[in-house]
Amino acid sequence: MVEQAVVQDATAKPGDGRESVDRSDAEPVNKKEVRSLYQKRIKIYPRMARGVFRRLKWIIMAATLAVYYITPWLRWDRGPNAPDQAVLIDFPGRRFYFFFIEIWPQEVYYVTGLLIIAAFGLFLVTSMAGRVWCGYTCPQTVWTDLFIAVERYCQGDRASRIRLDKAPWSANKIARKAATHISWLIIGAGTGGAWVFYFADAPTLAVDLVTFSAPTIAYITIAVMTFTTYLLGGFAREQVCTYMCPWPRIQGGLLDEESLVISYNEDRGEPRGARKKGTHPTALGDCVACNQCVAVCPMGIDIRDGQQLECITCALCIDACNTVMAKVGLPPNLIAYDTLANVERVREGAKPRLRLIRPRTVIYSGLIVLVGAIMLFTLITRSDLDVSILRDRNPLFVTLSDGSIRNGYTVKIINKQHAPRHFTLALEGLSGAAIDIVGADVTAEDILVGPDNLESFRVFVAAPRSALEGSSNDLRFLVIDQDSGTQVTYDSVFRGPE
Amino acid sequence: MADNKEVDQVSGTETTGHEWDGIKELNTPLPRWWLWSFYACCIWALAYWIVMPAWPLVSSYTTGVIGYSSRAQLAESVAAARAAQSSYLDRIESASLEQIAQDSELLNFSLAGGRSAFAVNCSQCHGSGAAGFKGFPNLNDDNWIWGGTLEAIGQTIHYGIRSDHDETRLSDMPAFGSDEILPREDINDVAEFVLSLSSSGSDAEAAGRGEVIFAEQCAACHMEDGTGNQELGAPNLSDAIWLYGGEKTDVVETIARSRAGMMPAWTDRLDETTIKQLTVYVHSLGGGE
Repeated sequence: MVEQAVVQDATAKPGDGRESVDRSDAEPVNKKEVRSLYQKRIKIYPRMARGVFRRLKWIIMAATLAVYYITPWLRWDRGPNAPDQAVLIDFPGRRFYFFFIEIWPQEVYYVTGLLIIAAFGLFLVTSMAGRVWCGYTCPQTVWTDLFIAVERYCQGDRASRIRLDKAPWSANKIARKAATHISWLIIGAGTGGAWVFYFADAPTLAVDLVTFSAPTIAYITIAVMTFTTYLLGGFAREQVCTYMCPWPRIQGGLLDEESLVISYNEDRGEPRGARKKGTHPTALGDCVACNQCVAVCPMGIDIRDGQQLECITCALCIDACNTVMAKVGLPPNLIAYDTLANVERVREGAKPRLRLIRPRTVIYSGLIVLVGAIMLFTLITRSDLDVSILRDRNPLFVTLSDGSIRNGYTVKIINKQHAPRHFTLALEGLSGAAIDIVGADVTAEDILVGPDNLESFRVFVAAPRSALEGSSNDLRFLVIDQDSGTQVTYDSVFRGPE
Repeated sequence: MADNKEVDQVSGTETTGHEWDGIKELNTPLPRWWLWSFYACCIWALAYWIVMPAWPLVSSYTTGVIGYSSRAQLAESVAAARAAQSSYLDRIESASLEQIAQDSELLNFSLAGGRSAFAVNCSQCHGSGAAGFKGFPNLNDDNWIWGGTLEAIGQTIHYGIRSDHDETRLSDMPAFGSDEILPREDINDVAEFVLSLSSSGSDAEAAGRGEVIFAEQCAACHMEDGTGNQELGAPNLSDAIWLYGGEKTDVVETIARSRAGMMPAWTDRLDETTIKQLTVYVHSLGGGE
């Protein structure tokens, strides 16, 4: 199947001012007609493309990797009682720090909101410009791209890699293969190594890691991520996108005929065929059948077959084709980002146009704005004091010797400030009610809650029988910050006899 | 065998050579991965028999070479849990009840330990919320027959009430009716007086007669004003709490037949640290003095 090599155009003359067109007999390994569901993976040898999109991909790769590796090292001053790491998932302390935002476990809905925004963001981008996430920013794409770059550096481009694989084992082959795999493993270890820094103070953990005093789980995590990165980036590659990832299946429902997709202009290109240099026989379309679009494809498809599940819209075939078009003197963009609707419009003689504002994109944008606004509002208005009160259910109430009725409550006060605070507990709605708090050093007039902490108190409220109306009475708790006067109310119930 | 291999024309699959009325059975072997999984399981099973306890014998079983037993594993985890708690338990053992109540760390540990010990040992009579039932005191309220201080609660838990322990708390109210100490009318009058102490009586005249009888027969233990005496285990009759019910029939029955609830002594059943935790827990329920 892998009978592939780059052959030179037979008519090319050296030094005629124009370079020859590389021809490839690359077969799309994922050609749809000939694929069995049980087929073994056929190795793909993507050729290096050069052009606008390749450059863009290098830039995005650098940017995304930089974000991934540098983020845990950013510092953010939060005062004396909190870590100074800008982004930190602190599992033992049950906090998530993100620059100026600090999220407690019970506020995990912010993460949900973030995920919803991310999902709708993905939907929006997909409905406008297709699978740009897959093609440019998905970690699988970025790391595979990096692994292919390493492979190319160690073993050469497509043709030499194929040749090397077919060659018998020699010192040279062993050296090249070993260099590739060792580099991959180093990248993998670096990937896992960066990951653990998100969960602990990065500088401390870095020292612990090299002195072998870091927690075992850190080493296990690094080992697992080294292995998965090595496996997914080095071997599974396009299989991950085609078979493991649900996203390609979902995105079919998000694309429509107005979405930008990589499309081959069939009307202009067909019938394809090779031609002599500088000649353009009228019987042929613009496709010179050089197969470069197939050779560069990391997914192993032929884009000229139309839209396919495998296509991650990395646009490398556009670069490859435009390079060839420039060489043979034909207009570029035989393969280009275009919409299926535009293909139809051009066929009917109308002008192509881009309809970015459609009901679908408007709804997605609206939802993003809505969820974002809700999150922003709750984030701005959220209190740094949280109160939760649980009434005793067993017993519901206790009759005291003087005939009054007592209810028990568990009062939880969360102080989200990084300083200790004194609170006053007061009641509303029940005349003659008295508060008694269990514990030697706590009174309703002075409740101390430590910095960045949750404290739980057993509180008894007793009220004279005459103050009760029926078996259930509304009772409001007030927790008042003695310094700032901030006040949180909590509505509960006071139970008594029928 | 190889020479008479027959391949089915339609499916391209080899046949087994079996034929029934012209229908031939195809030979579709088990998938390779299935077969290898099966072999691996067989080997695993053999290894398991050797390593782990596996085969029942007549009066015992094969123990396996590593000597695993789930009972030993349980004992190990119990011991590990004990060891993990030992730093607290040691301190509780040496601390007085007051010291435990003052130390918030020990207090929290004792409340948690006391709660679970209560659920296992006490809730059968006192209820899971310690609210009691008729004849079984509510431990949440501020009324104590034998005292609600840490010491008094500890003593009650240790030795019980009317238990078979030598140092048990013991009170013995006469059965004024069945022992024919008082006639029925007097019992009625005393009951009216007792109810009037908590302002729930209905017959002031009878209560007036009852007051005299009460002073003679009852005040020695229950005091002149009916407020009781915790030293003697004589309940306070003037408050709103009734162990055996506050209706007149309940009170009459109590006077006529007496009551003698019983609580076992726990000193020989529970260890000292558990009793301390139970004491602190019961004291914390809301009525502790």
